[in-house]
Amino acid sequence: MNTIWVLLIATSVLFSLLNGRLDEFTKAIFEGAKSAVEVSLFLLGIVSLWLGITKVIENSGLIHRLSGFFQYFVRRLFHNIPPDHPAITSITLNFLANLFGLGNAATPLGIKAMQDLKTLHPGEETITFEMMVFIVVNTASIQLIPFTVIGILADYGSNNPSAIVLPTFVATFLSALFALGILFAARRIFK
Amino acid sequence: MKTVSFISQLIIPVFILFTILYGCAKRVRVYDCFVSGAKSGVGVVIKVFPYLLAIFVAVKAFQTSGALEFAQEWLGGLLEFFHVPIDVVSIALIKPLSGSASLGVFTNIAKTNGPDSQASLISAVIMGSAETTFYVLAVYLGSVGIKRTRYLVPVCVLADLVGIIIAISIVKFFFHFS
Repeated sequence: MNTIWVLLIATSVLFSLLNGRLDEFTKAIFEGAKSAVEVSLFLLGIVSLWLGITKVIENSGLIHRLSGFFQYFVRRLFHNIPPDHPAITSITLNFLANLFGLGNAATPLGIKAMQDLKTLHPGEETITFEMMVFIVVNTASIQLIPFTVIGILADYGSNNPSAIVLPTFVATFLSALFALGILFAARRIFK
Repeated sequence: MKTVSFISQLIIPVFILFTILYGCAKRVRVYDCFVSGAKSGVGVVIKVFPYLLAIFVAVKAFQTSGALEFAQEWLGGLLEFFHVPIDVVSIALIKPLSGSASLGVFTNIAKTNGPDSQASLISAVIMGSAETTFYVLAVYLGSVGIKRTRYLVPVCVLADLVGIIIAISIVKFFFHFS
């Protein structure tokens, strides 16, 4: 992330200098800061809401039922998580939220999953392989129906806006597989 | 289509109702439990905020400085060689960086090229199959204070690139564009 950040900032300053947009650059960083605050406020609401709900899931024991149900699937992907660990439930819920395109639920549940994964290695500042698997699957975003996109296509008078459902699903599924493939290959190379 | 969208609208309300009723059945003080869980949300967001700030500032600066346009022109020539509409570059570059900006770019592509054009269809598939990678990285890594990410970031960037190539090929295959 360090390299990416330096790269983004440095090229931005360079290009604003070349294009004579230094004034715009200064405005842009303040604007970026402002939208960070707006997004954080929004996150504060939905993250707290979902953490409240998941607390009920944990305390009522529903967590054991859910994790038992999805354990097989998630454990194939995450070998080093002990059975019955809360991470299995939060990972599953996050994947389901992504699948159904519930972005507002997916992010908070994903944060919960990261924290649950962290409890396996408390105090560690280096990322674990399980966390990487989780993030890579999330950035590939497997989604069944892209409602927003279909809505926009329909708005502009598409003949058959839902024609993109199957191609999108195939594309998202294949890119998730490739992403995991790249990750597992990287583990071999950098070990 | 209608039934599918109805089912997806139903998921969250039913899930929340089920969770709460299950809690009641197990004699959990559901309200107090919810509040105590929600309380931890404040800490999480405060922890994530500086990471979000860093990424938002960098992305916004990158957009306005003209660096993004330069990359678009440069990559546009390359894509033309493979018979891919130039507009695809803008969506491919902006999608990993910003969700709201990519939605704007996509709407614009659908408006100018028509919703059934190759450019719109490829962009639609990219919109549905790619994620705002850097936002996800900032939030998820920030929430647990991970500092050393090993090979994760290059893997994600490479995976995004492969994902875009897949999206282009799939649209060409499904809709018979040459």
